[in-house]
Amino acid sequence: MDLNTITEVVRPQSRADLPAWKAGDAWLAGGTWLFSEPQAHLSRLIDLTDLRWPALVVGDTSLTIAATCTVAHLDAFPCPADWQAAPLIDQCCRAFLASFKIWKTATVGGNLCMSLPAGPMISLLSALEGICTIWKADGSEQKMAVAEFVTGNQRNVLGPGDLLRQIEVPLAALKRRAAFRQISLTPVGRSAALVIGTIGRDGDLLLTITASTVKPVQLRWPTMPTRDAMRDSILRDVPDGLYHDDVHGKPAWRKAMTRRLAEQIRDELTGSAQA
Amino acid sequence: MSFLINGKDVSATPRPGQCLRTFLRETGHFGVKKGCDAGDCGACTVLLDGEPVHSCLIPAFRAEDHAITTIEGLESDGGLHPMQQAFVDAQGFQCGFCTAGMILTCASLNQAQRQDLGAALKGNICRCTGYRAIEDALDGVCNIEDVPAGEAFGRSLPAPAGPQIVRGQARYTFDTAVDGLCHVKLARSPHAHAKIVAIDKTAALAVPGVIEVLTHEDAPSALFSTARHEKAWMDPDDTRVLDDTVRFIGQKVAAVIAESEAAAEEGCRRLAITYEPLPAVVDPGEAIAPGAPVIHPGRTPQDRVANAARNIVAEGHGEYGDVAAALAVSAVTYEGTFTTQRVQHAALETHGGLAWLDASGVLNIRSSTQVPFLTRRALSDIFNLPPETIRVFCERVGGGFGGKQEMFVEDILALAALKTGRPVKLEFTREEQFIASSTRHPMRVTVKAGADRDGKLTALQLDVLSNTGAYGNHAGPVLFHACGESLGVYNCPNKKVDAVVAYTNTVPAGAFRGYGLPQSLFAVEAAIDELAQQLKIDPFEIRRRNVVKPGDPMLYPPDNGYRDVMYGSYGLDQCLDLVERAMSETTSTPDLSAEWLTGDGIALTMIDTVPPDGHIADVAIALRDDGGFALTVGTAEFGNGTSTVHRQIAATILATTVDQITLKQSDTAHGGHDTGAYGSAGTFVAGRATQAAAEHLANELKTFAAQFWTVDPNACALADGRVMHGRQRLSFAELARQAGAEGVRLSATGNSQGTPRSVAFNVQGFRVAVNKHTGEIRILKSVQAADAGRVANPMQCRGQVEGGVAQSLGATLYEEMVIDATGRVVNPKFRDYHLPSFADVPRTEVLFAQTSDALGPLGAKSMSESPYNPVAAALGNALRAATGIRFTSVPFKPDRLFPLLQEKYGD
Repeated sequence: MDLNTITEVVRPQSRADLPAWKAGDAWLAGGTWLFSEPQAHLSRLIDLTDLRWPALVVGDTSLTIAATCTVAHLDAFPCPADWQAAPLIDQCCRAFLASFKIWKTATVGGNLCMSLPAGPMISLLSALEGICTIWKADGSEQKMAVAEFVTGNQRNVLGPGDLLRQIEVPLAALKRRAAFRQISLTPVGRSAALVIGTIGRDGDLLLTITASTVKPVQLRWPTMPTRDAMRDSILRDVPDGLYHDDVHGKPAWRKAMTRRLAEQIRDELTGSAQA
Repeated sequence: MSFLINGKDVSATPRPGQCLRTFLRETGHFGVKKGCDAGDCGACTVLLDGEPVHSCLIPAFRAEDHAITTIEGLESDGGLHPMQQAFVDAQGFQCGFCTAGMILTCASLNQAQRQDLGAALKGNICRCTGYRAIEDALDGVCNIEDVPAGEAFGRSLPAPAGPQIVRGQARYTFDTAVDGLCHVKLARSPHAHAKIVAIDKTAALAVPGVIEVLTHEDAPSALFSTARHEKAWMDPDDTRVLDDTVRFIGQKVAAVIAESEAAAEEGCRRLAITYEPLPAVVDPGEAIAPGAPVIHPGRTPQDRVANAARNIVAEGHGEYGDVAAALAVSAVTYEGTFTTQRVQHAALETHGGLAWLDASGVLNIRSSTQVPFLTRRALSDIFNLPPETIRVFCERVGGGFGGKQEMFVEDILALAALKTGRPVKLEFTREEQFIASSTRHPMRVTVKAGADRDGKLTALQLDVLSNTGAYGNHAGPVLFHACGESLGVYNCPNKKVDAVVAYTNTVPAGAFRGYGLPQSLFAVEAAIDELAQQLKIDPFEIRRRNVVKPGDPMLYPPDNGYRDVMYGSYGLDQCLDLVERAMSETTSTPDLSAEWLTGDGIALTMIDTVPPDGHIADVAIALRDDGGFALTVGTAEFGNGTSTVHRQIAATILATTVDQITLKQSDTAHGGHDTGAYGSAGTFVAGRATQAAAEHLANELKTFAAQFWTVDPNACALADGRVMHGRQRLSFAELARQAGAEGVRLSATGNSQGTPRSVAFNVQGFRVAVNKHTGEIRILKSVQAADAGRVANPMQCRGQVEGGVAQSLGATLYEEMVIDATGRVVNPKFRDYHLPSFADVPRTEVLFAQTSDALGPLGAKSMSESPYNPVAAALGNALRAATGIRFTSVPFKPDRLFPLLQEKYGD
């Protein structure tokens, strides 16, 4: 929709070009959320396009995803065969409430910064143990795990003028074996619980719970836990207050589905999979 | 900046925060529609460098130097792109408002996406079709026929607007450019109930571009109802154009008129409004309890408010026989309380319109309405203007579903145009649709029912509490309709009704497809099923033993005095047989684990083919100079398909083909009167008037030809575009020339008063699977049989049934407007109010009873609301059969079903 209070769009070309942050400013990445709701408090958009951050860079130890990398770009990335967790990318893209037409415009960083419980890039990059790089408003840089970046429903660590620059995904995480489960109140609707499990060569399990909780919750076991141990741990380590409550699912159901999906993931990764 | 739009260079500078959607519309590309303006519905889809995007989310400046293709440019040489042709052939649209975006999306799908349309099309909402016809377009299916002269009725002819719709050229409400157009934005109440103490306009008027601010001090004092009925006494006079009291969050408080939308919005923000908050009540049960805040003090039964002190708009109580005594001695009884939620019509075109004073001083209003004539009548009363000084009209309307049987914008548009003398436009946002138009009436229905050992009903009782929200538009008629045909369809010696509709401080409810019956049927049809269960009688059989048959009185208390409903035809028995047969056919069972429980359920519905107390249609038809015919009807087209049917009726009677008939419609300037396109009357009432007009004209043609030949007119006949007498032939074109030479105009009129009325029937069957551990539902089979009389257009009627089932499945499974304790709508956007998408809607097998109605046009009956009505009830019955649990409130979302499932089946 038209954002009629916007009087100016600036298009910096480098970090040095970034204007001093002021009230009424907003970063413009894809704009797919920004332009989807009234933003009467905003007067200036700072367009990140001309910073021309390379969307995806494969390094020796990590895959670096620019915050401005589009969802479609990530989805189309030809992953090497030994990235066993790569199917998670497609699965998480398909978990978007929005259609493929939005993926062309929406960005990975934008999804993280929206910090909705159901943000599938949060699910993906938490599960892949991604590390955010934040350009702080004061000129410094900060790094933190994606799972720590999101602090609640539509809340994150960013302060005014802070900018998410990129997410580094360790190649080691991409090489883990992964299982994905998601449920929604409707067949292709917003995720009400999205659970991802990955296991490493040593058999350690990382379980990432998203969508059902207001922020990602990660549980780790050095070896595959028993069904009961996993259940107990979820009951113990995910307090009821963390389950999200909105029109996309009641907390009690989200809680039950979280446990169910986690158990299915356990079954899949231990080889006793059932559909 | 430079843009390449549909292959043409366009030089223009969009505003900094402007999105591509409005930029394209401002440059004349009206095929780019606004459904949600938030990226959820896909109506604004365009191609950007060949790739589909939602143009409402794209900052316009980012399209600089890129190639943009709108629907108008999909095929360059003015022809049709194969996908456009496919949508015409399959008739993959009804109202057509989503079509441009749908076609552009479909045209860009790759083979992999075409294999998974549920995912590929989740960003394209169609509210009308139920998606089967869209799938047909993608599959290259042709659903239309080409038929010879005089045989149009009963055949699957395409909608006349099809070629324009698929090209994005059909003109909807806002698809017009007006010089000097000003924009109206409304300041809305943040309080559920408050007195307006003061409104300081100073800062608002100081905003550059703001022309005028209108408040209650500028508004006429007249009280009226936004509901439009032929008889104004059906609804309470409780509403002002702008009031000094607000009764729900979102009620309009002031209108700012400005030269741009931006200035009007800024003006609204700068208004200093002082409120004195008043106690509010949002629960209907609390609202009618003693001591509750009174929402409309001072209204009396003279205003058609039954008991203002108790917030009761209308109530009805009555009993035939003795229900209590009958229940006490019945072999089996059932009692249950059923609740239905608040749902929104979600027509993709929002409410809105344009108004201007023309050179002769006539106030012109072009709006998104189902009722132009009744709107003119209301404006004439409110503004004390002679009717001939007001013109209300619509071209094509982007969906209605009852929501546009109201006057939500025309009153404020009239006031703005009259006060400023400027042309003005008001276009609701999607959020305004949710918080400030109307919804279905939420109801709580307690049913008591009894039957004897043979399964004959002994008693039926309904206790209904309906919630009309802050205003009483349609409150009484919906309540009484809910208690009408739902009970009238069953023979039962003892029937009782206690029904109340309450005011609350929430967004008003209004007319909605089904008009109360879906809510009451959810309870009644469950009760019938429960009695059958106890008696171990088949659900079809218990209904056969109890439904009315021709000759039986269709009774329900309290007696409303209407005696004009009759069996013009009767196909309920056939509908039951058709669904029973279809449900018994073996179907391939999907591979479901033991977690899935399956079950079948049915429900039936009867509906009067016309609303009570008069529904009037005038139609005019004339022979054109070229031998074709000009047909003028008052009824509106919003996807209901009546434009097709009117031409079919006229072409059949006049022995010609539909392409020889041009149609003008829905404009008070054309003269005559038309009550409107509601109550499923577009075919049954207006079609009857078209039939009468065409028959009169046929006689005129024969008489004129007979005089020319000096023969007996009764020996003349019409065939194949000619008048014939023995071997003599006079084509209609020759006839027109001859009449012209003699100075004779061959024309006729027809009228229908909407009485007597007939009854139509539908039976819905579902087979569902329910996951006992998650609450997920899969619909394995969906069948609906419809008794539409002689079906005027099988392809379109099938579409009405499928669309009704789809919309009703939305209300049964997903849709729910959530209102918090303060009265605020929590989820006023599509992404939080889930409309059925392609992936959500199963294919429904549609079967027609073979009947012909004695009262309807050429044997046809209405079929637009009733397919919606039995869906929730049938699905509830199927759930009961699958799980053994009677779920009593909709929507049946997995998280709602889960607690009872878990209680019964464990983890």
